Amino acid sequence: MIRDSLFLSPEQSMIQRFLSLNWVLVILLCCVMAVGVIALYSAGGGDLNKWAGNHFVRFMFGLGIMMIIAMVDVKWWYRVAWPFYIGVFILLILVEIMGHIGMGAQRWINLGFIQLQPSELMKIAVIMCLARHFHGAGPEQTRRLTFLIVPAAIIIAPVGLVMLQPDLGTALMILMAGAGLVFIAGAPLWIFISGIAAVLTAIPIGWQLMHDYQRQRVLTFLDPESDPLGAGYHITQSKIALGSGGMYGKGFMQGTQSRLNFLPEKQTDFIFTLYAEEWGLVGGIALLVLFALIFIVCLRIALRCRHNFGRYLAAGLTINYSLHIYINIAMVMGLIPVVGVPLPMISHGGTAMLACLAGFGLIMSCHVYRHSKVTR
Amino acid sequence: MAKRKNDDDGLKTFSRRTVLIGGLQVVGLGILGGRLAYLQLVQGNRYKMLSDQNRINIRLIAPPRGLIVDRFGVPLALNVENFQVHIIREQARDMRASLEALRRFIFLEEHTIDSVIEQATKIPKFLPVKVKEELTWEEVATIEVNLPELPGLLIDKGETRTYPFGLTTSHLTGYVGAVSEDILKAEGEKQPVLSLPGFKIGKIGIEKQYDREMRGKAGAAEMEVNVVGREVRELSHKDPIPGDRITLTIDAELQRYAHEVLSKERSASAVVMDAHTGAVYAMASHPGYDPNLFSRGIPRNIWKSLQEDSSLPLMHKALVGQYPPGSTFKMLTAIAGLEHGIPAGRTVYCPGFYMMGKDKFHCWKPEGHGRVDVITALQKSCDTYFYTIANEMGIDAIAEVSRRFGLGEKYGFDLDDERPGIIPDRAWKYARFGERWHRGETVVNAIGQGYVLTTPLQLAVMTARLVNGGFAVKPWLTAQVGETVRGVESWPKIESARDEHLKLILTGMEKVVNEPGGTAFASRITEPGMEMGGKTGTAQVVRITKEQRRLRVKNEDLPWEQRHHALFVGYAPIHAPRYVCSVVVEHGVGGSRAAAPIAKELLIRAQSRDPASMTALYAQPEQGGAILPPAENETHEDMGVPERKSGLIIPGVKPKRKAGPQ
Repeated sequence: MIRDSLFLSPEQSMIQRFLSLNWVLVILLCCVMAVGVIALYSAGGGDLNKWAGNHFVRFMFGLGIMMIIAMVDVKWWYRVAWPFYIGVFILLILVEIMGHIGMGAQRWINLGFIQLQPSELMKIAVIMCLARHFHGAGPEQTRRLTFLIVPAAIIIAPVGLVMLQPDLGTALMILMAGAGLVFIAGAPLWIFISGIAAVLTAIPIGWQLMHDYQRQRVLTFLDPESDPLGAGYHITQSKIALGSGGMYGKGFMQGTQSRLNFLPEKQTDFIFTLYAEEWGLVGGIALLVLFALIFIVCLRIALRCRHNFGRYLAAGLTINYSLHIYINIAMVMGLIPVVGVPLPMISHGGTAMLACLAGFGLIMSCHVYRHSKVTR
Repeated sequence: MAKRKNDDDGLKTFSRRTVLIGGLQVVGLGILGGRLAYLQLVQGNRYKMLSDQNRINIRLIAPPRGLIVDRFGVPLALNVENFQVHIIREQARDMRASLEALRRFIFLEEHTIDSVIEQATKIPKFLPVKVKEELTWEEVATIEVNLPELPGLLIDKGETRTYPFGLTTSHLTGYVGAVSEDILKAEGEKQPVLSLPGFKIGKIGIEKQYDREMRGKAGAAEMEVNVVGREVRELSHKDPIPGDRITLTIDAELQRYAHEVLSKERSASAVVMDAHTGAVYAMASHPGYDPNLFSRGIPRNIWKSLQEDSSLPLMHKALVGQYPPGSTFKMLTAIAGLEHGIPAGRTVYCPGFYMMGKDKFHCWKPEGHGRVDVITALQKSCDTYFYTIANEMGIDAIAEVSRRFGLGEKYGFDLDDERPGIIPDRAWKYARFGERWHRGETVVNAIGQGYVLTTPLQLAVMTARLVNGGFAVKPWLTAQVGETVRGVESWPKIESARDEHLKLILTGMEKVVNEPGGTAFASRITEPGMEMGGKTGTAQVVRITKEQRRLRVKNEDLPWEQRHHALFVGYAPIHAPRYVCSVVVEHGVGGSRAAAPIAKELLIRAQSRDPASMTALYAQPEQGGAILPPAENETHEDMGVPERKSGLIIPGVKPKRKAGPQ
């Protein structure tokens, strides 16, 4: 009875476990959330009800969920990995079908209080499943190519579905985070090297096969600023906003680029631009340092975990979020082509926020239950 | 044991790779931080500028155009507020419905509605489009009351250039019109105000001559705009500087009167000028045109009819019209004779013609004048006397004197299109035709026929120089530009001019008008102290045929185009000449019957108003106001200029009700 309960294990009481949450991580997450609320308050033109208030409420709700998830024994998460993955996969298919039945292309299911985006949950599900798959595997197994067929399937199936939506950004994120986990789990290096090499050799061949207009499209995608009034408009305006922020920024609520709507999607994908325009280099670097600290704390959790499932889960999720952050910020700075990837915890968006905090809940569960004996 | 080792290997790989990933993450964030620093610090200024360019729009504010006023400050051209109705697409639920509703209250043509809708769809939806301007007060009131039923419509104020005297001053003020593409291309860079919609520039007349001065400087409002160009707030504001006021030497009332007197004729012009200063008091050409039509955009058919009118209403004949001066030229022939050494007491017998070899030159009076001296010759306008002396001295002597007295040259007058006329001499003829001068031509030109051509303005200048003691006055029209006072008060003396010669001429001119037998005796001024002197002139337009001479065909029986031009030059008062006047009545048959009576009226009016004695000319007007002789004033704010109710008549401007909804 007691052993089967979700929360109670003989070693620790509820209170002990609550106290053993990683509070440094909780505080860091709250700081990032605060930045998000401030930026969204400004994006909403000083209207709390527009985005900022909503964001705060979701965060608090998500924080609760995170703590609950953290206090659930990691063994239980090990057990639900596959059912969860399959459930989310069905949801993804459902969304796809609904889109075809005439509700237009859509990526979410309306649950009333939240518009659930299965693709956000899929990111977690993929990592959970991969962690579970690699949990019992030793290096010899991992180095066997046949052992990598299942992980490949775990990754490719949802990527394919998300691509169909079509949501290239999310698909790439799932692919890259999954590959990252496979790398960490010890898959032979030559797979990655040859994969990269294959892509590199495919590029010139594909280039030769393309029509001129297709090449033009690819070029504009890679260098949007060559088309400043079309594809490059957003990125140009984003760079103007960032650059004009200067050292100390234009001040809270003073970002002209965003306030006057020169900035697109300022509450979602381009929220970092708004923030850095108003708070300058000082504010921007502060946020980057916050992110860096979060990564370090999370990877430390992964390294200190005593079971493979926890290690892979924590490290995989960390890779996932760091990729999001890196790609989003690099995109708004014009370092990489524009792909629709939100900035975790700061961009406005319900599912992303909840999925993100749930993910951190899992990481923290790996922290609380680092000594758990997870068996196959 | 093996399993244990295996696990350790796996853990090692994991740790190594995790640390590697962590390192990559930190490096990645470092790259992002570096990029951020590059954008914000290294490129910061550039992006700051771009951001300002993004958000700041400069909105030009059109400056009010400078007024044109007469010497007393009476406005000849001013800006009258006019009410316009605009439509804003964004605020109209259905533009067509709103405009159709508007049609119930004001007259709107069907195609206006279409074109307004077309215009509105081309510009951002929050910008207004003009539907109709020049609304009457009743229309404004009706629209205001019914605005709830007219979504998207609003009443706005604009300014229209208005010429209160209308056609009376048309040739002086000229008019304004839209900026042409050429001018926009040439000056648009330096003067962005030119590209403002509805901005007008001077097209002709004083409006063109002093266009730059009257334009003023545009004000500017720095508007913060959002991405679609909607103005969010005003960042800074600079008021426009109104254009300079142009004060003319004209006496508007005299000008108006001149037009009134001339308008009895089909086509005529007159100049009233100060004999000593050269200031032009009135300069009228009849018929005129209504410049108000032009400033509002003239309908094509009216423009066409103005252009095709045979009496040339668009032409400022007093300046541009070149006429043979006829007998008004005889004073110069007389002076040339005197200077040439022909004695003052010299007499000539006139049998009604003059024989030069086999050629017979007719005097205008077939019976002849008998024995005449220079004074009588002028008084009775005896041609034979002037034929005789001209033949003795030759054309070059006459031409030289003519030039000294202001003929055959341009003065650099303040209006475009000034013409030099023609004062012929041997060199001129050789240059023009490559032919030698004939003596017969000398005698014809000596009486102001043949090649000689003069403008009414030149004739006034000639008269002024004759009666002011031989000072070489030149005419001028602009007394003041903004704060700068213009005009010349003293002129150099014509070196060759001798007082005794001029005195003889003036005596002759006095007798023309004031002694029985003088050609303008019928037009003498009887008011004591206002008497005028002058000289009539009748200029042949077509050669009088022998047949006509034999049959004694009366000139007035010929078709209008073949009748003689009637001219008169005069001055008053005779003992201290102040005002000179020249009148040309095209095809008016005879100077004494058509031109002299007009000059009489003008000189009486000029002397009774006596603009020369009034000092208002150089008073500094207060900003935006106009100086007027004291009278019971009612200020009309919407005019911007106080206007008199009585006394001075300002045609074309009726008192306006106070602007705005009530």
